[in-house]
Amino acid sequence: MIDLFGRLEWQELKLLEFFHDPSIDTAVASGAAWMTVVAAIAVIAWITWARRWAWLWNDWLTSVDHKKIGIMYMVIGFVMMARGVFEGVVMRAHQTTALDGGVLSNEHWAELFSTHGTVMIFFVAMPFITGFMNYLIPLQIGARDMAFPVLNQISLGLTATGAALTMISLVVGAFETGGWTAYPPFTGADFDPGPGPDYWVWAIALSGFGSMFSGLNFAVTIYKMRAPGMHFLRMPVFTWTALCTSILLVFALPPLTVACLMQALDRLAGFHFFTNDLGGNMMNYANLFWMFGHPEVYILVLPAYGIFSELTSMFAAKRLYGYTSLVIATMSISVISFCVWLHHFFTMGNSATINAAFGIATGIIAIPTGVKVYVWMATLWGGRIRFTAPMVYMTGFFILFVIGGLSGIILANPAINWQVHNTQFIVAHFHNVLLPGLIFGIFAGVHIWFPKAFGFRLDERAGKITAWLWIVGFCFTFLPLYFLGLMGYPRRSAAFDNPEFLPYMIVCMLGALMLMAAFAGLFVTLWVSIRKRDELAVPLGDPWDGRTLEWATSAPPPPWNFAMIPHIGERDAFAREKADGRPYVTPEYYEDVHLPPNTSAGLIAMVATTAFGFAMTWWIWWLAVASVLGFILWYVVHSFREHPEVTIPAVEVERHHAAWVEAATLNEGVTRDDETNSRNRGRAATDMVVAS
Amino acid sequence: MSDQQTNMHPGLNLGYVGGGKHEESKVFGFWVFLMSDLVTFGLVFAIFGTMRNATAGGPGAHEVTELRSIAIQTGLLLLSSFAFSWASLAMKYEAGRWRFLIWFSVAATSGLGFLIFELLDFHHLIEIGAVPQRSGYLSAFWSLVGLHGLHVAGGLLWIGVLTLQILKFGLTDTIKSRITRLGLYWHFLDIVWIGIFSLVFLAGVA
Amino acid sequence: MKHSGPEERRERGFYTLGLGLSVVLTVASFASVMTGILPSAWVIPALVVLALAQIVVQLRYFLHIDFTHQKREDLQLLLFTVLLLAIMAFGTLWVMADLGDRMM
Repeated sequence: MIDLFGRLEWQELKLLEFFHDPSIDTAVASGAAWMTVVAAIAVIAWITWARRWAWLWNDWLTSVDHKKIGIMYMVIGFVMMARGVFEGVVMRAHQTTALDGGVLSNEHWAELFSTHGTVMIFFVAMPFITGFMNYLIPLQIGARDMAFPVLNQISLGLTATGAALTMISLVVGAFETGGWTAYPPFTGADFDPGPGPDYWVWAIALSGFGSMFSGLNFAVTIYKMRAPGMHFLRMPVFTWTALCTSILLVFALPPLTVACLMQALDRLAGFHFFTNDLGGNMMNYANLFWMFGHPEVYILVLPAYGIFSELTSMFAAKRLYGYTSLVIATMSISVISFCVWLHHFFTMGNSATINAAFGIATGIIAIPTGVKVYVWMATLWGGRIRFTAPMVYMTGFFILFVIGGLSGIILANPAINWQVHNTQFIVAHFHNVLLPGLIFGIFAGVHIWFPKAFGFRLDERAGKITAWLWIVGFCFTFLPLYFLGLMGYPRRSAAFDNPEFLPYMIVCMLGALMLMAAFAGLFVTLWVSIRKRDELAVPLGDPWDGRTLEWATSAPPPPWNFAMIPHIGERDAFAREKADGRPYVTPEYYEDVHLPPNTSAGLIAMVATTAFGFAMTWWIWWLAVASVLGFILWYVVHSFREHPEVTIPAVEVERHHAAWVEAATLNEGVTRDDETNSRNRGRAATDMVVAS
Repeated sequence: MSDQQTNMHPGLNLGYVGGGKHEESKVFGFWVFLMSDLVTFGLVFAIFGTMRNATAGGPGAHEVTELRSIAIQTGLLLLSSFAFSWASLAMKYEAGRWRFLIWFSVAATSGLGFLIFELLDFHHLIEIGAVPQRSGYLSAFWSLVGLHGLHVAGGLLWIGVLTLQILKFGLTDTIKSRITRLGLYWHFLDIVWIGIFSLVFLAGVA
Repeated sequence: MKHSGPEERRERGFYTLGLGLSVVLTVASFASVMTGILPSAWVIPALVVLALAQIVVQLRYFLHIDFTHQKREDLQLLLFTVLLLAIMAFGTLWVMADLGDRMM
């Protein structure tokens, strides 16, 4: 008889753990499982109650519109971030009790820091940047969609698979305990035969394919689908950073995939890539992982740099200073980021020559990053700055990110690295670059482009309070870790025995609570803004006196983005149009627009790969085979069918476009002083001097 | 007309003008995919390089290399690539779908022959105990050669599906575009094989 | 069925030349190992050179990569990939060989 459930057994269900063995530890574990299940049921119940299934299916899940796919990525990011933030707070709470002990078991603690890292990097940061790139690239380059809309949806499906597998691990079984890097042999079959590392391997490998295809899609879109006249050096800066990130995604994901699949072969088939015996070499894993891991840092942070570049020039009302330098710096970072990976394992026994070489390369990568900081400063210099919520994030970013970057330069020196490696200093460093660098950038970006996506602005006051909470909360949570690291507190340790650490841990705990409040602040901001949406509405689509093409559409943009494909004469195309006094014009005639039809390809990919990942984790072989064969079969059948495009008649395009142009023309526009009050309807009364 | 002017991208020149810019994106996108795949292969090569001595007392390069079989496999794959080129010429000069299909099936048959010889080799390896579980060297060996074999098997499946589509729809522009990409893939696998037979097998026993 | 024109014959010649070169290089590779005509220290470098030459032949004759303007984007892509691959592969070999030496 076929083993129907593999090695899956009833007691793997975390929901019941607390009732078998009540303690704080199991309460946290079972509580998390119950929260996941209840939240899932609540969402399903709400959709059913509100009769939203058809809407969800037709308008979102099967849509190939890059804007909707982008928004769905952001939703995944926020949902997973809720988990990541919660885990962070639980960990900090544990650490305040960790002097000679702690409320959580060692295993549970290890699982927490492993999932926190995995979730935050792969299922928060990655979906966020992918979401932004999805939403903005076609709009910024004047295209109607991605080069491969269906592939785009499949990428989303694969990302959702990874997120789903990590969420399932909360309820069924356990996640791995070897940190987000999951180094073997600790995560190998000899030392951890359980399902944890398998969850990790399949969540990462499958979502990794999705990221690779996203990168491919974006790169081809930017290469081949720019509007006529948009040379490379006329592209908006965000698109430039997106291009570099895409290239990194295409080339940096293979090492991760290779490492994951080799690890899977080790675990499932008894291969000897990374094992202790029979010629295995775990250093190969560290080497492969960081060949992905370091470019990954720049995959995440480059788009955030792009957002900061756009927002400095937007809110300083100036042309970006040093566009070309910024582009060259971005490209340099992309290439150099492939030459520094060894600095993540300076202490693993390489000779001084190799450590020195990689240390120098690491130092060098700070130069283009420094160029960027100066570019932003010079852009702000002499500008008429409006201190909106995104600018608050920018302020925090500026100061904190430079501190984080400097600590990175300190770490680039192998001799110092040997002293502080594996301490809280490292934890402080990477949170210090990722939180202010990436997350602040993302939230600033949300403030800027939310009105574009949904047609109304976010409430400024709530937004600013949230931003300050993030900044202050960050300082309290992570800056003390620098000192703790220098005092010798190892990272990832469940307990400590030095009573001097305790006051710092209490400060960190307070900071973590602030960060949780800040996270809640995001939803408060959203809630307040939705309630005031009429007052905040900016249907004309240009609330911030924007400079690039995405602002030259209504908010939200129509599914076809542009009624006619624009012709680009120079950089900051929309700013030029406004300066010349010729924005909002109707063309002589309209044409039919052809768009790709809806498809369920992404969902099918998601269901098949989630089933596959789950089956491989629990050794349910029939399901693994069935999901792979089923997907291949579906794909073959799919390729036999015709997929006629949807045609939007010219009349429809004209109706939408003409109405928008008329409304924009009737509106007298709002000056920058008034842009945060209700007179802002999305038409900027521009007095911008483009040439400045 | 010369081939340099008719297609915007390298690869098989099939001399059709369907789809325009979107076709160009598709082929370029497929190139990007192949390059990503090339990095994957390159890394497995590198891992193999680091593990070439990790035989742990088990079978080594001399035991796993059957040069006669490798030579046959190399010949078959080269023949397959060449037949594919011939098939694409048949398509480009509109010699009819049958002449195309004949060359197409020659390419497929040689690819299948390659795979059969490879499987026979694998069978032999299992018999002499050179299984991937034996040592790090053999793990890397099986993964590298097996990854290439899996790609070839995938290519054969693709050829099979396309053959059915040609029989059903004829050589339409959509199908020509798919064949263009398949061609890139097929030649790419041949290039990877050059690396494998030179650096894994020949260099192993040299 | 149309008769093959001069253009088609020219292209066939092109492919056949590619095949011929590939066969010659492959035979040379196998011969350098199987016949033992080369000093043993030269065999591996010879194999590398022959493999690289054959890869170039395949790219040129079967994949039609050349320096014409339209194909430059793809050539750049290929060269960029080769650069990154070189960094990663040689980096791996260098790092791991160094570690191996220090384990002795």
